Amino acid sequence: MSIDIDTARKVAKLSRIRVEEGDLLALADKLSSILGFMEQLKEVDVTGVEPMTSVTPMRLKRRVDVVTDGDQQAAVLKNAPDAREGFFAVPKVVE
Amino acid sequence: MSANTWTIASARDALRKGEVTAVDLTMACLTAMDAGDGLNAFVHKTPELALDQARAADARLAAGAAPAMCGIPVGVKDLFAVKGVPTQAGSNILRGFKPEYESTVTAKLWGAGAVCLGKLNMDEFAMGSSNESSCYGPAVNPWKVDERKLTPGGSSGGSAAAVAADLCLAATGTDTGGSIRQPAAFCGITGIKPTYGRVSRWGVVAYASSLDQAGPMTKSVRDAAIMLGAIAGHDPKDSTSADLAVPDFEAALTGDIRGKWIGIPREYRLDGMPAEIAALWDRGMDMLRDAGAQIVDISLPHTKFALPTYYVIAPAEASSNLARYDGVRYGHRAKLAQGDGITEMYEKTRAEGFGPEVQRRIMAGTYVLSAGFYDAYYNRARKVRALIKRDFEQAFAAGIDAILAPTTPSSAFGLGEQGGADPVEMYLNDVFTVTLNLAGLPGVAVPVGLDSKGLPLGLQMIGRPWEEADLLNHAYVLERAAGFVAKPAKWW
Repeated sequence: MSIDIDTARKVAKLSRIRVEEGDLLALADKLSSILGFMEQLKEVDVTGVEPMTSVTPMRLKRRVDVVTDGDQQAAVLKNAPDAREGFFAVPKVVE
Repeated sequence: MSANTWTIASARDALRKGEVTAVDLTMACLTAMDAGDGLNAFVHKTPELALDQARAADARLAAGAAPAMCGIPVGVKDLFAVKGVPTQAGSNILRGFKPEYESTVTAKLWGAGAVCLGKLNMDEFAMGSSNESSCYGPAVNPWKVDERKLTPGGSSGGSAAAVAADLCLAATGTDTGGSIRQPAAFCGITGIKPTYGRVSRWGVVAYASSLDQAGPMTKSVRDAAIMLGAIAGHDPKDSTSADLAVPDFEAALTGDIRGKWIGIPREYRLDGMPAEIAALWDRGMDMLRDAGAQIVDISLPHTKFALPTYYVIAPAEASSNLARYDGVRYGHRAKLAQGDGITEMYEKTRAEGFGPEVQRRIMAGTYVLSAGFYDAYYNRARKVRALIKRDFEQAFAAGIDAILAPTTPSSAFGLGEQGGADPVEMYLNDVFTVTLNLAGLPGVAVPVGLDSKGLPLGLQMIGRPWEEADLLNHAYVLERAAGFVAKPAKWW
């Protein structure tokens, strides 16, 4: 199965990565190559096989529901490209 | 011999006897590191931190009972968060990022007295097999046989190059599809990917969380055993880290593998396998047979589907993990035009910050997870993954103690020679390594010989889950029998 320009545009949008119109054809080509490689999996009989969810069969540990960390506003904001008054600042999202 | 060329084991012994100080050892490495800029292995140097840690290590050594890693200078792959030190995962999207926290692996190393020389080059977000997707430009293999510059492999290419060139005694690496073992093989050093869950992933920039595992890259099997002992163990901050006791890996290196069963998977004998690789593999079998092991033909029937399975699952997980790079909390944010909203901020930031291979994998992952394709690709890959794991389980259940295979399908290739037109060409580098990541198994790459061009070739041993100690003992036998002592001639 090959990826056309419209699909490439859609996937770029879903991925929130800006791709210029002129670059979509090349992108579609490369994605098609990767997808073609994945197509081999269609040869495998997977009837009755459960999808693998965990590398090692294990039950996730539970921890006591208490505060173990926190109150580190300055550290959390330190690497932000734009932080103001104790918040992450972003372009306006609601009118 | 200058102290930077030593192994961890010999430096540890010399430090404990007072024959060298951690400061002297560190100075030797800092000098080698600065003289090694032509390799582009170290991308952020931390000489002041290193000397502070070395002085503290000397005090601790003088007081006695210091751990094995005390005073040992190491390099850290750029994927590990080191507090206050740039941590970019080889990506422009994390330019300027200095974590306010420490990864568990590096915290354990510093806690054991190890010395941080700096951060090491890698493929962007660990996605690559040649180090060429790095935002710093590629690290260069210290091995050189003609005018070409060769890849050190990837993604832990800077780690492998730095250890092979004696810029440090050892380095941390991570392995999602072969990223410790392939560069180790290309540079003629040892590298182990532990069992999934043996080493905490906390503070390691995530690529594909069900496959990622950190491990040591060293000059010998003994060093790998020592360093693995220092970084392994349960971590409450990583819910997938196993709550199991960490054995004394070094003590397991007895050199006795008499009566062990070594599996030789017939599916790994690929069509068109270079004669030199096949011959090396045969020599490895002879070495283990001479040591008293029994060589057994085994079948891992789903091997050929491991790479396509990986290239569904890893990008799918990456597309989710890398969603966090949105220009809000850390790293790069694109300059916005008048009227741009938050969607434009995301899209421009990610287009500018991610390199082409990372963008492709995010988009491929997004595609296989999108409505209508989830079952056809992602779920099918997870089912095939279960079958790949079952192949190994059946081999081990039949009595196999360890599996011997090549590490890579070739020796190191020239920078710029692969994957330019078709990304899949580069993916084929992982053909022998990726199966273990899918099955969660430990694997170790050991340098065994040189090819006709004079470049290192390695063999890989694959072990039972949680039995790294036994696996390392097998690797130790291989190492001693191979007697690989070649070093790259210094040109840099």
